[in-house]
Amino acid sequence: MKILLLDIAHSRSGDKGNTSNIGLIARKPEFYGVLLKYVTPERVKEHFASVCHGKVERFELPNLSALNFLLYDSLDGGGTLSLRADPQGKTLGTALLRMEIDVEDPQ
Amino acid sequence: MIRIANGQGFWGDSPDAPLDQVRRGPIDYLTLDYLAEVTMSILQKQRSRDPEAGYARDFVDVVDRVLPDLLASNVSLIANAGGLNPEACRRAVLAVAARNGADVSVATVSGDDITQRLDELFGRGVEFRNMDTGEPLAVVRDRVRSASVYFGAFPIAEALAGGAQIVITGRCADAALVLGPMIHEFGWRPDEWNKLAAGIVAGHAIECGAQGSGGNCQDDWRTIPDLEDIGYPIVEAEPDGSFVITKHRGTGGRVTVASVTEQLVYEIGDPRAYLTPDCAADFTSFTLAADGSERVRCTGVQGSPATPTYKVSISYAAGYRAIGSVAYAWPDAYAKAQAGARILAARLKRIGLELDAVHSELLGASACHGIAAAEPSPELAAQLPEVVMRFGVRSKNRAAVERFTKEIAPLVLSGPPSVTGLGAGRPKVEEVMAYWPALIPKHLVTPVVSLSVPGLVSK
Repeated sequence: MKILLLDIAHSRSGDKGNTSNIGLIARKPEFYGVLLKYVTPERVKEHFASVCHGKVERFELPNLSALNFLLYDSLDGGGTLSLRADPQGKTLGTALLRMEIDVEDPQ
Repeated sequence: MIRIANGQGFWGDSPDAPLDQVRRGPIDYLTLDYLAEVTMSILQKQRSRDPEAGYARDFVDVVDRVLPDLLASNVSLIANAGGLNPEACRRAVLAVAARNGADVSVATVSGDDITQRLDELFGRGVEFRNMDTGEPLAVVRDRVRSASVYFGAFPIAEALAGGAQIVITGRCADAALVLGPMIHEFGWRPDEWNKLAAGIVAGHAIECGAQGSGGNCQDDWRTIPDLEDIGYPIVEAEPDGSFVITKHRGTGGRVTVASVTEQLVYEIGDPRAYLTPDCAADFTSFTLAADGSERVRCTGVQGSPATPTYKVSISYAAGYRAIGSVAYAWPDAYAKAQAGARILAARLKRIGLELDAVHSELLGASACHGIAAAEPSPELAAQLPEVVMRFGVRSKNRAAVERFTKEIAPLVLSGPPSVTGLGAGRPKVEEVMAYWPALIPKHLVTPVVSLSVPGLVSK
């Protein structure tokens, strides 16, 4: 079954220099396992291929049913330098919610 | 229990929020956060033009408006508005206090600005290696414009203990503005890592203003009430380190576990060790739970010892940029905007400008989300009512950027049809600063707390 992350998660993103951070939060605690299984750093790197020119790191916050992603070299030099309309990556959080994942059908 | 409010999430935030926080309910401390990576480079530009500048001038206007209420309600004010010039900021605040006929004790925390000490510190073996790239600062030394150390919360607590009602800091960790009064009120020691970490988590929850109380919140955003009258966030802190995030009764916005969580995951790195000057906070350690309406309680925060280094934020001149745009209307708005970008890029190439970066985006189609959004389907692309073509360049050569700015307007008459120039004239050329994060051993820098003595200000 294909689902859009938008339907099971919300997010917020920001910057540290040229690195973007995206916090991805499960809408219900029971969705956290799905995020953990399917939203891998590799998938996220692929999803942001045109934006992120460095590695993607993922951290787990089970207490908040959330994952934190760091996308290195993804802000065209960072907030002070960038030529982008979104120099601080404020909208990359919702860009992640466009990801479609193919989950096993629930029992 | 003490109540610590945030009334400013960044320089440019609502001028009314500080006053609302003091007037619409009880608080003990009002904290205002003015500094961001981007802000320091703006302050640097201002200070280079005027030695009495380099702080957040808006803060002085805020003090002017809020001072009578601060004094009447005995609320203390803590702000990092000092930027690169806390002493000048204090002089301006004291002048405003005098004009209001108010005696108020104003402290500064300085010593964070090490711009003039860089060569001395190089001599002591500090290389200021870039935390992202590993390069030593020597690579860009001749272009460095500012260097500020992020101090922690203890100097703020010291200023409060000295009797200050207004504390103006230079660069410090944003969350230190909130942890400072907790240390002061509860007598927390420098090795009570769990409590210090709790103060950092609380500070992180409110340091971005209304983004911690339902603003910019995606969780069911349509149902968040009265954003036009949003209440900024407040921490109710307990001596044991537990705290509640809330906002004043009767205000708009929302404080739920979901809304607080969105802010807590904002701009963090490794959540197990969120590093600050005072401790490392573990963002995976605590529990959030609803505690009545518009209240979220946080318990169980754990922390660990601080590192032996402070973070340093360095800005250096990185050339010039200009960004311009034109709007294309239906039919074929998307295709025309694509063509406009292609034509402009080709013209720049033909002129032979020395440009370090050239970037075009199609606003209304794919600018924010890049290819994560995928190209619009041919059907959708054909139907878009308009698309803005936004085009920017960056170069170390100012003349090249100036020349670029003369190429936007001609597109309106010499490119694809049904286009408008948005009436803004030629794009402005601006000098850009790049950001260089580094570390410095703590023993090489000392926060300086300075108190003004009330009653000495001439009225």
